[in-house]
Amino acid sequence: MSTLTTSRVDSPAATPGLTTAGREARRTRFLNWVAVHTLAIAAALFFVLPFVFVFLTALMSDQQALTRDLWPDSWHWENLRTVWETPGFLTWWKNTLVYAVLGTVLTLVSSIPVAYALARFKFRGRNLAMMLVISTMMLPPQVVIVPMYLFWAKQLHLSGTLWPLIIPLAFTDAFSIFLLRQFLLTIPKEYVDAAKVDGCGDFRALVRVILPMAKPAIAAVALFQFFYCWNDYFGPQIYASENPAAWTLSYGLESFKGAHHTNWNLTMAATLLVMAPVIILFFFAQKAFIEGVTLTGVKG
Amino acid sequence: MMATISVGLRHKRRRERLRNLAFLSPWLIGVSVFFLYPLISTVYFSFMKYDGFTPPVWTGLKNWKYVFTDYPFFWPALRNTLWLVIVMVTLRVIFGLGIGLLITKVKTGAGIFRTLFYLPYLAPPVAATMAFAFLLNPGTGPVNNILGKIGLPQPGWFNDPSWSKPALTLLAIWGIGDLMVIFMASLLDVPMEQYEAASLDGAGAWKRFRHVTLPNIQPIVLFAVITGVIQTMQYYTQPLIAGKVASGVIGGSGQQFEPGYPEKSTLTLPQLVYNLGFQRFDTGGASVIALVLFALAMVFTAFLMRRGSGFLATDD
Repeated sequence: MSTLTTSRVDSPAATPGLTTAGREARRTRFLNWVAVHTLAIAAALFFVLPFVFVFLTALMSDQQALTRDLWPDSWHWENLRTVWETPGFLTWWKNTLVYAVLGTVLTLVSSIPVAYALARFKFRGRNLAMMLVISTMMLPPQVVIVPMYLFWAKQLHLSGTLWPLIIPLAFTDAFSIFLLRQFLLTIPKEYVDAAKVDGCGDFRALVRVILPMAKPAIAAVALFQFFYCWNDYFGPQIYASENPAAWTLSYGLESFKGAHHTNWNLTMAATLLVMAPVIILFFFAQKAFIEGVTLTGVKG
Repeated sequence: MMATISVGLRHKRRRERLRNLAFLSPWLIGVSVFFLYPLISTVYFSFMKYDGFTPPVWTGLKNWKYVFTDYPFFWPALRNTLWLVIVMVTLRVIFGLGIGLLITKVKTGAGIFRTLFYLPYLAPPVAATMAFAFLLNPGTGPVNNILGKIGLPQPGWFNDPSWSKPALTLLAIWGIGDLMVIFMASLLDVPMEQYEAASLDGAGAWKRFRHVTLPNIQPIVLFAVITGVIQTMQYYTQPLIAGKVASGVIGGSGQQFEPGYPEKSTLTLPQLVYNLGFQRFDTGGASVIALVLFALAMVFTAFLMRRGSGFLATDD
């Protein structure tokens, strides 16, 4: 996996400024540069302005948020505190964090050995197993929700909690298996063979030799799973809706809008507070992320 | 002598099989309990009348008939899905490729641009939809405010049945970061020599794109299209939240929301599973929808695996 660079080294320019052709080429290159960067700035505005408008509205007074104004007359930073101190907001925060952290840890622990077996062990039905992994990865969660809900709610009496969303992750996650396997295939077998000569068993070879080499893929899987749990709306809607003490941020945000349906400023402040953690996390782990996305299927 | 070798071999094979089982066991349990059992169960329920409280009763094909003929949401949801596949997926691929191309050409501040283009993709779907419900609010939203200032028409967006899907498409194009990264990676893999050869032959920018870039990245375009279609089969949170917010229904555990606002224009198949199973307590109908969804998702997944961009690759 090469690190991604976005620009290529240009071929050396013609001797600058000596010939008309050279000058011509430099002019074309300059005009090109201007065109490309003008387009890039226009595109950047499209991607960034929504965030800017959300931010500006979040800091308006209640009255001004009802108008068409774009710029706040006065800055109401206390809106963020109002949201923060909304009854339940901290609970949603805590629940989301528990779901995301526990879910991520369980996914990693259960999926790594499976991905390794699918990448390196030879056994009958290995391709069939891989097809099953890909199929379950592509499956909308709604396909199996009816019997699953009956199972968790009627047999185990766990509805009103997030456990029905966390426990299954202790038994792997298809997308994580897939991504890890794609990466593990790129690690030469010789490393494991060498470890085995030194007397390691399969499991020890995986933990001691392969895992340190697979760090980028593990980081990517951890991030993706964390984001999946953080963003999940359907799961909490099914299992946690009946019990406000088990709500997550995504689910709570919607009810917050319901309770403050005329206050776009408070709703946007809450929206910002739900977006902030994932965006901050991204800045710390940008590289792992981008590598993970490219691993998902483009490099066969 | 021979005997000892074969005993040793057999012993080794058995150890290997145990090892494979040990490594695979979490997944074997997971796929049985959380996929195969509920799938079979869903098939069973699709032939039963069951409200979740009284014991289930066998009704044969009644649920199937009800969903295809009498359930008022089914055909609108299918039509919307088709619209989203044709318009939303196509536009996402075109814009993803365009932004990918642009970012490979940017020389100054490429890192900053890349981050800015990628960020919206990370916004949680509920938050992003909420933000767009505000931005595109017909009365007080900034978008219509600006459109009004420059004298353009101001659509009703999420409140107008003919504009709600275009509004969702706008939201989907905003979160194009994943496709941008995939296209960027594949564009950088196109051999430089081919561009140079084309230039020597006097090919202009468009001809180079047509005859060098496109043939090289064709598998990735296909990958993006098929995964886009599969994502459309899973499209749930954004249309639901957009409809809820625009209709002014109080969320949370408040009143019941009939999905599809305005006028069934934001219905998608996953929402029907929720509507039938969890709002109308019609387990049978919900199971039929779930199986339709399953069939559709599997057809496109089979496509993806046939094209197999290294999915099933092995090391031997």
